[in-house]
Amino acid sequence: MMSLLRFPAHVFEEFERLQRDLEQTLAGWPLSLREASGVPLFPAVNVGRTNDAIFVYAFVPGVDPNALDITLEQGVLTIAGERGPWQPKEKETIYAQERFSGKFKRTLTLPEDVDPDQVDAKYRDGVLTIRIGRKAHLMPRRIAVQ
Amino acid sequence: MTTQNERTVPTTTANPNETTNPRTAEKVTAVPPRVDIVEDETGITLWADLPGVSKEALEVKIEGETLTIEGNVTLSTPEGLEPLYAEVRAPRFARQFTLSRELDPEGIEARLQDGVLQLRIPKRTHAQPRRITVQVG
Repeated sequence: MMSLLRFPAHVFEEFERLQRDLEQTLAGWPLSLREASGVPLFPAVNVGRTNDAIFVYAFVPGVDPNALDITLEQGVLTIAGERGPWQPKEKETIYAQERFSGKFKRTLTLPEDVDPDQVDAKYRDGVLTIRIGRKAHLMPRRIAVQ
Repeated sequence: MTTQNERTVPTTTANPNETTNPRTAEKVTAVPPRVDIVEDETGITLWADLPGVSKEALEVKIEGETLTIEGNVTLSTPEGLEPLYAEVRAPRFARQFTLSRELDPEGIEARLQDGVLQLRIPKRTHAQPRRITVQVG
């Protein structure tokens, strides 16, 4: 079974090259507020595909899955929700506060062949897995040689 | 030497056979989980984000004064999945902390829910502030 978490080395090299190019292009430009604060995007996502579906894995620990707002509109998948802002009690000393808190919203543009009628989502161990079916007629077809 | 002190937090103890994951045998990239840590009068509470780590894949241990949190990430991936894009590229979380002496490792409590680990480490009784009731008489 293939793991989404492991990619062949060349994929990483390609990714790093893209990142370098991007950094060079953006050199001298102000950072976005979010980048400036050093806060990474939340939730982080991984995306993969099979012949008949697209799989989106959103790493969104510690939320109530029923409170997640997941929409798919014109090929754009949106995952929105809130992770409880953290209220320190009296007489507490904070040593680390690295975890994301507050409202979040992430949007992903999916490939054109996704079928909005075939979506299902599961939440387990803090990972939201969304499966979106692909339209059958756009799937690659093997052509038999006579 | 260290194995004598090694202790797994009871609530996260898994069958050793189950934790024999081929991934742990290899040197795999690990990322430190993001944590929140607060201290109050009676102890320290730590929350760690460990999305994709099941109870069986989590290990919390104390060796001497070192607290280690480790966990392997598992995703339910279908047969033939081709990766398109990934922000999470390390299949493992790992982070170590040093426990100060006034903390009581024997009293540690761990709870894992929805990919968030909550650890409570109490202070030793003598390190806790004592409230002295003034008798009126």
